[in-house]
Amino acid sequence: MDEKLGLPKKFNDMKLSKEQKKHLEARFNRMIYAPGEAVGVVAAQSISEPATQTTLRAYHAEGRTQLVTTQGLPRLIELFDARKIPKTPTMTIYLDKGYNNKEGATKIAAKIKETKLIQIIDTDAIDLVNFRIEVNLDPKQSKLLEIDGESIAVLIKKSLKNINIEVSKDKLLIEPKKEEMTIKDLQSIRVKVRDKYIKGIKGISQVVVEKEGDDWVIKTLGSNLKKVLKLVELDRIRSFTNNIYEIRSVLGIEAARNAIVRETLTTMRAQGVDTDIRHVLLVADAMTSTGEIRAIGRYGVAGGKSSVLSRANFEETVKHLTNAAVKHELDPLKSVIENVILGNLAPVGTGTVKLKLKE
Amino acid sequence: MGTIKEIKFKMISPEMVQKLSVMEVTTSDVYDVDAYPIDGGVMDPRLGVIDPGMRCKTCGEKMGDCPGHFGHIELARPIVNILYLKEVKTILTYTCKCGALLATKEDVAKKELKISSLAPMKVCPECGEKYEKIKLEKPSTFYKGKKAMTSLEVREQFEKISDEDAKTLKIIGGRPEWMIVTLLLVPSVTTRPSITLENGDRSEDDLTHKLVDIIRINKRFADNLEIGAPDFIIEDLWELLQYHVSTYFNNEISSIPPARHRSGRALKTLSQRLKSKDGRFRHNLSGKRVNFSARTVVSPDPNISINEVGVPERIARELTIPVKVTKHNIKYLTEFVKNGSDKHPGANYVIMPEGIRKKILKDNKELILEEFKVGCILERHMIDGDIVLFNRQPSLHRMSVMAHKVKVMPHKTFRINLCVCKPYNADFDGDEMNLHFPQTAEARAEAEELMLVEQNIRSPRFGGPIIGCDQDYLSGSYLATKKDTIFTKKAVAQILASAGMFVELKKDTYTGRELYSFAIPKEITISYKSAVCKGDDETDDDFVVIKDGQIVQGAIDEKSIAPFKGKLLDAIDLECGHTEARIFLDRITRIISEVMARKGFTISIGDLDMPEFVDKEIQNLMDKRFAKVEELIDKYKKNKIVPSPGRTPEETVEDMIMFELNNITNDVQNIIKANAKESGATIMANTGARGSIQNLAYMSGMIGQEAIRGRRIFRGYKGRTLSQFKKDDLSPLSHGFVRESFKEGIGPIGFFFEAMKGREGIMDSSLKTRVSGYLQRRLVNALQDIVVNPQIRAVDGTDSIVQFTAGEDGIDPSKSDRGTIDRELNI
Repeated sequence: MDEKLGLPKKFNDMKLSKEQKKHLEARFNRMIYAPGEAVGVVAAQSISEPATQTTLRAYHAEGRTQLVTTQGLPRLIELFDARKIPKTPTMTIYLDKGYNNKEGATKIAAKIKETKLIQIIDTDAIDLVNFRIEVNLDPKQSKLLEIDGESIAVLIKKSLKNINIEVSKDKLLIEPKKEEMTIKDLQSIRVKVRDKYIKGIKGISQVVVEKEGDDWVIKTLGSNLKKVLKLVELDRIRSFTNNIYEIRSVLGIEAARNAIVRETLTTMRAQGVDTDIRHVLLVADAMTSTGEIRAIGRYGVAGGKSSVLSRANFEETVKHLTNAAVKHELDPLKSVIENVILGNLAPVGTGTVKLKLKE
Repeated sequence: MGTIKEIKFKMISPEMVQKLSVMEVTTSDVYDVDAYPIDGGVMDPRLGVIDPGMRCKTCGEKMGDCPGHFGHIELARPIVNILYLKEVKTILTYTCKCGALLATKEDVAKKELKISSLAPMKVCPECGEKYEKIKLEKPSTFYKGKKAMTSLEVREQFEKISDEDAKTLKIIGGRPEWMIVTLLLVPSVTTRPSITLENGDRSEDDLTHKLVDIIRINKRFADNLEIGAPDFIIEDLWELLQYHVSTYFNNEISSIPPARHRSGRALKTLSQRLKSKDGRFRHNLSGKRVNFSARTVVSPDPNISINEVGVPERIARELTIPVKVTKHNIKYLTEFVKNGSDKHPGANYVIMPEGIRKKILKDNKELILEEFKVGCILERHMIDGDIVLFNRQPSLHRMSVMAHKVKVMPHKTFRINLCVCKPYNADFDGDEMNLHFPQTAEARAEAEELMLVEQNIRSPRFGGPIIGCDQDYLSGSYLATKKDTIFTKKAVAQILASAGMFVELKKDTYTGRELYSFAIPKEITISYKSAVCKGDDETDDDFVVIKDGQIVQGAIDEKSIAPFKGKLLDAIDLECGHTEARIFLDRITRIISEVMARKGFTISIGDLDMPEFVDKEIQNLMDKRFAKVEELIDKYKKNKIVPSPGRTPEETVEDMIMFELNNITNDVQNIIKANAKESGATIMANTGARGSIQNLAYMSGMIGQEAIRGRRIFRGYKGRTLSQFKKDDLSPLSHGFVRESFKEGIGPIGFFFEAMKGREGIMDSSLKTRVSGYLQRRLVNALQDIVVNPQIRAVDGTDSIVQFTAGEDGIDPSKSDRGTIDRELNI
């Protein structure tokens, strides 16, 4: 050992008596990993055994939560698959001191929720006589969102070319500039207008304000970490999203690793499964040790192995063998499964050491 | 014996085929009229022997000793090896007819993996020929511009490519033209043995069939070439040969119909032999069949240690272990030889110092006894105390294989202690388990030191006990240690004796807690809340306080000795070591068995009887909540529901109804909990032995809402679940609320809903096992070569570091106190 492994830091910070420390050190030395311990397999089993054994249900009926997020086994699989976008992306937003109350939270929740024009439209119709679209805004809604016809018109004009917009109070008249428009084009303009992004943060489709202990928390459906982090009102340290890739691109790989750990642990604990954090840490480290998020599976960690036999043994046997032949690959037979295949002693556990008789 | 150090993968060259081959296979006929293999056919005896008693014509060895020899087929025209199709296309795209590279080395290097995104040069830099787009017409015809290329042309072009250019295109494992087959290697007959059916007919291997096809078409092709047949015939035959060779390599190519057996079954050709679960890799190489193993049904035996396994004598007579005869043990081992192979502690074989192996039979026993001497190796039967590995599938975690000490027993089942059911996930409804007998001293030592059951009491998953008392042991334990349980001196003496403890008893009567204290090591001082304890502090009599191994107060239940939760067991294992913990478990289980035998324990329908007012209370509760739900529905029908953000009014009202109805379940549970008198059923629920108060509430209270996929039941007819309900009726009873209890009996509608829920559970678990099984395979495969190195770093198979200190602090969860060094200090 080049440096002696010591007690975890937190014990040094605790004021312990000499005796207590000695006792702890003795225990610590007894509890250290034995070299050769197959931590990988143990971690894998510690996560997947409860997944098979207990009922990791995908849904639970408890309570009245309005946000239905993926839970249980499907969520675990999603995490280890390293899906680019989770099935139900969600953010948990903690607020800065000044806003950590019901009013503040509700206000910010309304502010970040993505609003599309359709949500503040009272009625809209295609006026065939004048060949234009007539949009009537719901005054209640627009007032609530603090937006008026004028600014909406500006927004629409920004993205839709070749149209003129007449605004009169809560009424928008959208007229195409070009003459040779057909009704079909008009229809498509209407669809585009309805879907026009007005306010809030793109991607946040639902918001719910909840009380969590002493905190008022905003939970969202849909995730947009980059934009949300720019808000001044939130507690940047505690707020998070369940979209690992987003965390990877905004905050970097270490943050993504921590996110994998947190998501995996919370998913498992929510189902009442008790698994040591070290196993989850190892999985997360294996997934992120290259600096990129790699999935657990044929296109990720397992497929990126150096051993041909190991890859061929897992999945896509023929592909790996033919590729190896073309590329003149060399299997160094350094890890487990290759040696099992050949009937050799695998370099794990007691297989990592050799004994020599004393002369 | 040498070991394989590394494996290099390369493409096979025609020269290599020539070198490996012992003969050319020329005729498609296999056997002559006398059913003798024809020379030059695919079953030629020069290719190896598969019949006992025959000798190989190449090496002269017998069956089993001759490994088989390759032959070859000379193809009339080159054929594209379908496995290299992608590479062939790449090479064609980036080379000219003259063999020159149509891309610069730098450009290719830049693209690294995605060569396909690189545009080839328009004009060849060497010969100035204009580049024409290469198109691959499935399955394996290449078009240059509009003209089809024959594989002969492809091969000729490939031959002109320089080694360096090939290297640039990442073809390193051989010459490009080797991807176009001219000499086809024929595997030995030992690779594709034919089987003789009962009626004497021979049934050939799929590969043999395919080879016959290839040879037949190849022959016809060659003949037609020789007589100068018209082009279209040549083309057709060439294509046909290509088809046969392609399917010979891989019979699951998407654009080709698979070659079929006469019976219509698709042939299993080379790729299929290797691929997937039943292929060579996963079926034969990663998983191997072993000798010295046994399998039978398991049954419980509370009287053996958790470290032991009861092995039927018949199995013990079959499984042997080699023992070297020395001057120290010759006398002892002679007894085994005397017993022979039929009497139990006997022996089956003797290996003489010269290496001759002799089976011990009744007739030659005397003879062997005479020859039996120091230097022999005796394969003696399995006896008490031998170390064996014991396993139950599915082997989901490392505790699915543990080492036990053998205890030879009569009858035909393996016997295990009930405490080890949990790690194996075994029960006795017909479960079978496997037993393996390690043969070498190293294996036995390792098994005993690392895999013995007592070494696995602490699960690596969460750092707590996974082996412990379950079910009746828990209810029995409570009966023994609840307040005012008194045992006479005689009873205590008998109980302790049955646990193998013989202590001097000074008092005339003992409480159950005092009885228990005999089994607890002196070092234990601990206090915690038991499961039956209602209060929160030590004032409650059921609150456990143990001082120096003496139970001062407290009832011992699941919080003390059960797997996962057992704090007492946990503390003993941590303070006194695994062996002490095992001894504690062995003793305590036997004590409980004895106590249970004396006290008796039962549940009956009477346990479900509740005071009269309980039913009224429950009915009232339901009526009240139903009225509330009715109100909600009314409000919804009148469009007065304010939708919660992001939900429609329907969803909102549904949420609210669900909330009301689920609360009934909770309230009924509380009513039952408050009014149930102590009975077998409540003891079981409270001590954690089996069942819960919820189960009790289902039986004597009411069943409540049946949910499917987390919602009320909406399946069935349009707008209603069953025909007796009105359309769009949202009332609780029409969507799966069951008012009755199991005891009073459920009506047909409730029964139907109950069945729906039951079915959902079955579907769920059967679908889930598949998914989670695959997740496990992926996880294990991804992480299997991560190990701890001598510096306590987690490194993978290539020695790259995954964690600088394994687990960040170097603590092994399986040795830790629930993941920490000392739980108490952390609080």
